[in-house]
Amino acid sequence: MTPPSNHPVRSFFASVQLALLLLFLLAATSIIGTIIPQNSPPSFYIEKFGAKTARLFQLLDITDMYNSWWFLALLTLFALNLVVCSLERLPGVIRTVRRDGLQTSPDQLSKQPFRQTMDIAAPVVEATRRAADLLRAHGWQPREATVADGRLLFAERGPWSRFGAYVVHLSILMILAGALVGSSSVASRVLRNPDFAFKGSAMLPEQESISHILAFKSGQRIDLGFSLRCDVFAIEYYPNGMPKTYRSSVTVLENGKPVRTADIEVNRPLTHRGVTFYQSSYQAGREYFITLTKQPDNLTQTAVIPPAREVSWPAAGVNYGIINRENQGEVTRRLKIWFSDGQGEPAVFWVPAGEETTLERPSGNYRIQARQLYATGLQAAKDPGVWLVYSGCLLMLVALYIAFFLSHRRVWVQVEPTGQTSRLLFAGTANKNRVAFEKKFAALVDDLENHR
Amino acid sequence: MDSSQLFGITMIAYLFSAAFYLGLLIFKLPRAGQIGMLLAAFGAVVQTGALGLRWYESYQLGHGHAPLTNMYESLVFFSWCTALLYLFMEYRFKARLVGAFVMPCVAVAMAYASFSDRIDDRINPLIPALQSNWLIAHVVTCFIGYAAFAVAGALGLMYLIKRRAVQRQAPPNSIDGSLPELRVIDDLTHKTIVFGFLWLSAGIITGAVWANEAWGTYWSWDPKETWSIITWFLYASTLHARFTRGWQGRRLAWLAIVGFFAVFFTYFGVNFLLSGLHSYGSS
Repeated sequence: MTPPSNHPVRSFFASVQLALLLLFLLAATSIIGTIIPQNSPPSFYIEKFGAKTARLFQLLDITDMYNSWWFLALLTLFALNLVVCSLERLPGVIRTVRRDGLQTSPDQLSKQPFRQTMDIAAPVVEATRRAADLLRAHGWQPREATVADGRLLFAERGPWSRFGAYVVHLSILMILAGALVGSSSVASRVLRNPDFAFKGSAMLPEQESISHILAFKSGQRIDLGFSLRCDVFAIEYYPNGMPKTYRSSVTVLENGKPVRTADIEVNRPLTHRGVTFYQSSYQAGREYFITLTKQPDNLTQTAVIPPAREVSWPAAGVNYGIINRENQGEVTRRLKIWFSDGQGEPAVFWVPAGEETTLERPSGNYRIQARQLYATGLQAAKDPGVWLVYSGCLLMLVALYIAFFLSHRRVWVQVEPTGQTSRLLFAGTANKNRVAFEKKFAALVDDLENHR
Repeated sequence: MDSSQLFGITMIAYLFSAAFYLGLLIFKLPRAGQIGMLLAAFGAVVQTGALGLRWYESYQLGHGHAPLTNMYESLVFFSWCTALLYLFMEYRFKARLVGAFVMPCVAVAMAYASFSDRIDDRINPLIPALQSNWLIAHVVTCFIGYAAFAVAGALGLMYLIKRRAVQRQAPPNSIDGSLPELRVIDDLTHKTIVFGFLWLSAGIITGAVWANEAWGTYWSWDPKETWSIITWFLYASTLHARFTRGWQGRRLAWLAIVGFFAVFFTYFGVNFLLSGLHSYGSS
């Protein structure tokens, strides 16, 4: 399987040696980025590796090596290698696939890896018919031709499987092309159109809306063309305290009018007009959203208050405040409320965050709910190349299967007269998995032997 | 009877199976090989039941997820895949001595899962990041690949031992001389690598699709991703070297062993030594 070209540059790019070298270099250099943390601030590298090493890292783009010029150059060479090597070899493969097996000379037949001769006491026409029937019984579809002094039968299976490896190459190129189409760097630097493909994030406080996101790395502002409002952000917990769900309930607004509402959870993103929003983080705010109702007067008040501040609700003649909190990290799990309606001792009690508590006081019955205000961290991405990547992935799996597990199998039966009887030469070959083919071939020949 | 008792029985069965296979290799007792095979098959059956039971138990606890979510469960699943793959190979290719190389690996994985301090064998509910239908597809495809590469690595080692025996003309009834023919081991190694490569590719792809679903990027060069692609590059080179440059025999055996180290690092090293998106796999 040496490339047929004699052109030195082309044969270099078509060579398997280059492919092996590139695969090795890609594997070896990729290790660097798994050991040296990527995309940390410059001060981190100076502190951890010293100023000199940090300078070297910067020079070689080690701190963002998978986007560095030299790594991208390796990938480009790899793609070039795939293209040239496939183009060099395809004509030969096409020739092999289209070659008519009936044009095979007796000399070539005698060179096939699997051969067997057999004599049948029947004239050539009858013997050929029997051999053809046998081939059909074994699932082959033989064609027939007259050759010099007899007949030749030929049948083949899976000639197209020879393309399998090249389809794998094509699938890799599709994935790389898809990555290029979806790359935000290409969109902003080459296409000069950052809206075409981007990845970014937004920290969106509850009850607020945004109409832009900030691109990763560059920090560039990217307008969405619509706005997104976070109505509620909620964390649910399992009984053992592990987080169960992070959920942002959002509303999409077009020209200020709500057009759809949705819940964004981890693994359940929201896509609107080509932009997909992912739940990625949250920030617990320092303020609390209080809902108070008083019965039987049927009064309600809502307020956003910080802790440790006395707030008054004049309509009900009530003063209240948050005097203590029980936090898990930044997340408040319980709050201690101080509540006074001016009659008797003020009430002091704990309420779980977000849950409603009823309080019976001389002045009436109160229901109190205190909820921490959050900001939800959303990731936003627009990747017009992802369908190309996915198609490439699917194609790769199919093509790998074809390339590894299907083979091009060929059988010939040459029938020659030898006096009153006929001599049959069975010949066969397979380009892969010859052991399995050898068994099939032997079974075929045995079958005729038994029915002779 | 709960699943952890069944896993205990599995582990003991695998340990004895490994011992009997080694007995076959060292003492040339065909009966030892038969017992080893029966124990391995028994272990695999019990383990299948245990995996199903653990799945059921997670529903009883109100979590309801496949037993594929932490280091303990992944080790158990790895040993299950490897044992089943080996048993299939023994049935299909009649190379029983391979068991002396594969079953110790299976037994060690089970024993490590059961006894290591840093491995938590409780059934925990799923954190939000793991609540996805891609979980099963991703883990199953990856681990079938890992299991195949573990078997290929064992075959590579076996090849090297046999080759040394051939070189010093060891008698055919000696330990190493009685191993299958070099040509047979070489062919099996290649077949196993091809099988593993297909599943590893599927594992990387399902992982990429899942990452895109969860984080909005199908490839972020996180250490686990990077090491899986390093492994993929390595086996891709191995296959090209064989198809086009005729690398086989000793070179293929070494590549199978080196490849398994890359797999091992992707599986363990990344979780324990490097940080990244797969950190939940380390406990």
